[in-house]
Amino acid sequence: MSVEITESSVASALAAALEAIAQATDSSSLKAARSSFLGENSPLAALNASLKDVPNDQKASAGKLVGQARAEANQAYAQAEERIVVAEQNAKLDAERVDITAAPSHFRAGGRHPLMLLQEEFCDAFVGMGWEIAEGPELESEWYNFDALNFDEDHPARAMQDTFFVEPVDAHLVLRTHTSPVQLRAMLERELPIYVLAPGRVYRTDELDATHTPVFTQIEGLAIDKGLTMAHLRGTLEHAARLMFGDDARIRLRPNYFPFTEPSAELDVWHPTFVGGARWIEWGGCGMVNANVLRSAGIDPEVYTGFAFGMGVERTLMFRNQVQDMHDMVEGDIRFSQQFGMVV
Amino acid sequence: MRVPLSWLAEYVDLAPGTTPEDVHAALVKVGFEEEDIHTSDVSGPLVVGEVLEFTPEEQSNGKTIRWCQVRVAPAGAKAADGGEDVRGIVCGASNFEVGDKVVVSLPGAVLPGGFEIAARKTYGHVSDGMMASFKELGLGDDHSGIIRLGTLGIDPEVGTDAKALLGLDDSAVEINVTPDRGYAFSIRGVAREYAHSTGATFRDPAQHLPETGGAHLIAEFSSEYPVSIDNTQLIRERVPVNVFITRVVRGIDATKPTPQWMTSRLRLAGIRPISLAVDITNYVMLELGQPIHGYDLDTLRGGLGVRRATAGEKLTTLDGVERTLNAEDLLITDDRGPIGLAGVMGGAETELSTSTVNVLVEAANFDPVSVARTARRHKLPSEASKRFERGVDPEVAEVAAGRVVQLLVDLAGGTADTVGGMFAEAAGAARETIALPAHFVGELIGYDYTAEQVRSALAEIGCVVAESADGSALEVTPPSWRPDLTDKWTLAEEVARIFGFDVIPTVLPVAPPGRGYTTAQRVRRRVSDSLAAAGLTETLSYPFLDEATNNLFGSPSGESVAQVRLSNALDASQGWMRTSLLPGLLQTAARNRSRGLTSPAIFELGRVFRPVAGVTYGHAMFPGAVRPSDAQLDEVAAGLPPQPRHLAVVLAGDAVLKQPGTPAHEFDYTHALDALRTIELAAGVTLEVRQATHTNFHPGRCAEIVLTASSALDKSSGSSATDSDLELVVGYVGEIHPSVAESFNLPRRVAALELDLDAVCAAAGQPVVAQPVGTMPAATQDVSLVVDASVPAQALRASILAGAGDLLEDARLVDVYAGDGVPAGQRSLTFALRFRADDRTLTQAEATEAKQAGVEAAAAAFGATIRE
Repeated sequence: MSVEITESSVASALAAALEAIAQATDSSSLKAARSSFLGENSPLAALNASLKDVPNDQKASAGKLVGQARAEANQAYAQAEERIVVAEQNAKLDAERVDITAAPSHFRAGGRHPLMLLQEEFCDAFVGMGWEIAEGPELESEWYNFDALNFDEDHPARAMQDTFFVEPVDAHLVLRTHTSPVQLRAMLERELPIYVLAPGRVYRTDELDATHTPVFTQIEGLAIDKGLTMAHLRGTLEHAARLMFGDDARIRLRPNYFPFTEPSAELDVWHPTFVGGARWIEWGGCGMVNANVLRSAGIDPEVYTGFAFGMGVERTLMFRNQVQDMHDMVEGDIRFSQQFGMVV
Repeated sequence: MRVPLSWLAEYVDLAPGTTPEDVHAALVKVGFEEEDIHTSDVSGPLVVGEVLEFTPEEQSNGKTIRWCQVRVAPAGAKAADGGEDVRGIVCGASNFEVGDKVVVSLPGAVLPGGFEIAARKTYGHVSDGMMASFKELGLGDDHSGIIRLGTLGIDPEVGTDAKALLGLDDSAVEINVTPDRGYAFSIRGVAREYAHSTGATFRDPAQHLPETGGAHLIAEFSSEYPVSIDNTQLIRERVPVNVFITRVVRGIDATKPTPQWMTSRLRLAGIRPISLAVDITNYVMLELGQPIHGYDLDTLRGGLGVRRATAGEKLTTLDGVERTLNAEDLLITDDRGPIGLAGVMGGAETELSTSTVNVLVEAANFDPVSVARTARRHKLPSEASKRFERGVDPEVAEVAAGRVVQLLVDLAGGTADTVGGMFAEAAGAARETIALPAHFVGELIGYDYTAEQVRSALAEIGCVVAESADGSALEVTPPSWRPDLTDKWTLAEEVARIFGFDVIPTVLPVAPPGRGYTTAQRVRRRVSDSLAAAGLTETLSYPFLDEATNNLFGSPSGESVAQVRLSNALDASQGWMRTSLLPGLLQTAARNRSRGLTSPAIFELGRVFRPVAGVTYGHAMFPGAVRPSDAQLDEVAAGLPPQPRHLAVVLAGDAVLKQPGTPAHEFDYTHALDALRTIELAAGVTLEVRQATHTNFHPGRCAEIVLTASSALDKSSGSSATDSDLELVVGYVGEIHPSVAESFNLPRRVAALELDLDAVCAAAGQPVVAQPVGTMPAATQDVSLVVDASVPAQALRASILAGAGDLLEDARLVDVYAGDGVPAGQRSLTFALRFRADDRTLTQAEATEAKQAGVEAAAAAFGATIRE
């Protein structure tokens, strides 16, 4: 069936098509509009089919008229299609919206114990300077723990140590009271010169309270070389203090007594940001390795000198990280370790 | 050591206004740590008053009080509190008379315990102050009445400040004396150190030291009180007695009160005043550092003796305890037998009392080792033993004995007798000359002291310093009170100490290139970090357990294992060193749950102590300061029980907590296996699991952890094994037996693992040998095999992998089925297979052929059949 091609018939077919496309709100109504107004049975298709009946002299203008209308309708359709796809996608994503703060999680928060982290941090600083990490047993020979370190068997210094002994007592085995026996092991096992740290657990017969624990942690340092002096000891400790507490840290040595060092000193550290204000806090003990200790390891004290130092890790944690009570460090409450995570 | 400042000031100049804090700071500089400051707790106006009149007034409660008029300032003058010169005071005591001089605390005064004095209405009067007793002023327990100054032998002016009079304005600094500085257990020693620190002038209270030189000097003891000294039985080549001096004072009045200045100083020094004669001996000990023993002469029977005890002898000491003596104990004896533990504590029968009239004073110098052993043996640390153990100046004994005699004469009205005597033997090694090479101090300390600085520092501490003949060294003779100065290092310390450590420069030494962390150190840290990143929390526990708990995981059988036992555990029931980390972790898990932290996922890395049954551990002792022989070192090494580092994990509660859209999911053995995989990844070793039994694990949910690596065996056992299929069981993984879990107050299902991390570390560190990564397309097929239900999936999988050959890249278990279509007692396991060739795209036919070969291998090994 032929339709008369006039400007008005084409315009009205186009207007109907555009109207239907514009009215489409989703892909199904758009599809229906396409079928009705652009499809085979649509008015525009009928106009197109009628071109063959148009007299030749009018064919060009009629063809142009219909062609333009069809192109315009197809373009409108393409734009509508894009609009609806985007809208539908957005609607779908909008439906998937969540409260991100109510998300379920399979993540479990873990954490390292800060005493371990602090030892590692300290060791990292010294390993970076070429020092190595030495180790030794916790259940130790009385010789390594005392005699080799110049503790006379009858000297009051030996009684000061509050030692755990193992049965039978004449087996001469103790829970090491300090990490210093590792000094001897390092000197006996390693080539000179020696620059080592020895971190680890030590034991004394103190009841647990806010500031004491029978099981605690020390970090010991030992350097044996030709020409080492107390100035090197001071330099090393100042460096350690700055690494642990910040560049503003300062150190002070006070005379003290330890059987295994001569001279011996108490080490204080100062920092402007300590709790309670800028102040000196006792950090550890140190000194030049006693000649008898070198002799215990077969090292000639006339040729080699050395220095040693030791700090309590618990104590360091208390004033560095403001831990108030020793119980927190020993009870294994997971909240304590978890507040540190992997960083101390 | 507690040092009253007024006492210190007698022997060294204290600048005006010196505070206890100043004294502390000065002493810290020379090596005495500050411990405490002791002051009286009395402040405000405390004055001498005179009772002008009083009226006894009986009260309705039956008590009689006295309404007193007390002059507290000279007539017409203002009192110390700015008030009137005469006050009305209500007093409950009745031990005073009109005219008595008393101590009045005026309104505004504060007495010990924060007791504030104010004018207040009581018993119908306004009491405008208080007359004080000794107890009210913190001067002892005497509360029988108010203080009457007349009984103290003094008659001060009315209105005088009573705080100064009673020593209440004094204070004491407490310092920690290190064990090498016995001489600082005296005012003499501390005053000397204070002078070193401040440069103030020191006046030695023992300046008249006898010139014993080094020669043996034996003065005869008087025949009336002979003393016999048996110096034959040595301990560690030391004679028991170096000096023994006796003096006699007769006719003392032991009931006389000890002067207030003396009791005040004793109290501040921490010594309780007892009676005049005893107080004098204690006072001289504090002043000079020389322990003094006083005997009631009339209780002695015959002469004194000094000798070692016979084992089993008995002595009742001053503290009323009967002690059974050891053959090493050094005794003071008389004709009846032991009357004192020399240098430690006297006997009860001959002690001084208020009825003592005649006194025998003993000032001796005993061997430190002998005294230390006796004090330790009898658990009897005393003021005397504390000093002798650390070394007492052998040359101060004579001065000290003389000072006691003088005080007994001056204060107790006694008369010095001529009887007595002295035995003195050279103090020995401490007086030997030490050669100090010219540059030694500077080279050890790292500071360029001048020769003159070294010389003057040593002279200042009391050394005699001379130059060696060739001028290359100083010849230094330490003073008698410094037995700790034994070699050039100890002298160097003194020089550094006197100059202060602050002058020493800081130099950072350059260590030779290091090798970094060892493999084991790196593996341990990586494993810990990885477990924390995987959601586990590191905890640390004490290694002390009771014996039964310690057996639970000591062996797979749960039977009793060899354990290390402490001889002096803090809690005797917890005296065994852990053989396993699991009990401690289970306790920690339970503690967390009791605190509302319901799902602890925790791990611990630490040493366990695993002696081998039947082996005797320990070693013989040998001296220090000498390198032991290799044989001795080997004996020590063999004498220590194995104490490997273990790693353990405990998971209790929920792996996934209930949350929106997700139900709670309980921890079980699969989570322990996941932790094991984390460890395996971090350690870089192969850890396989093999179904096994462990008494205290769930019987059906437990596996051995098997380390497979030849290098591990090479290192840990020293065997020559080279086959890579050798295996080492390094631990267990699974679920804790529900009844064991419940015994730790944990839920029935607790997942756990424990392994020997040292063994794992020993196998770690081998470089990874990389395999080429095939890029040709993969072919995938599934296969379902029916086998007996007892066949482990892993074994079946291994047989498929072995049979299928190189083309089979992976076989993953995707389903396990038992039921319809599968015979009873059997099960069907479905594996997803992934095939790949290195050089071509596989055809399905090739993949099927390889799969068939795998199935045939499974059929041969386990009778597996394909489930169609």
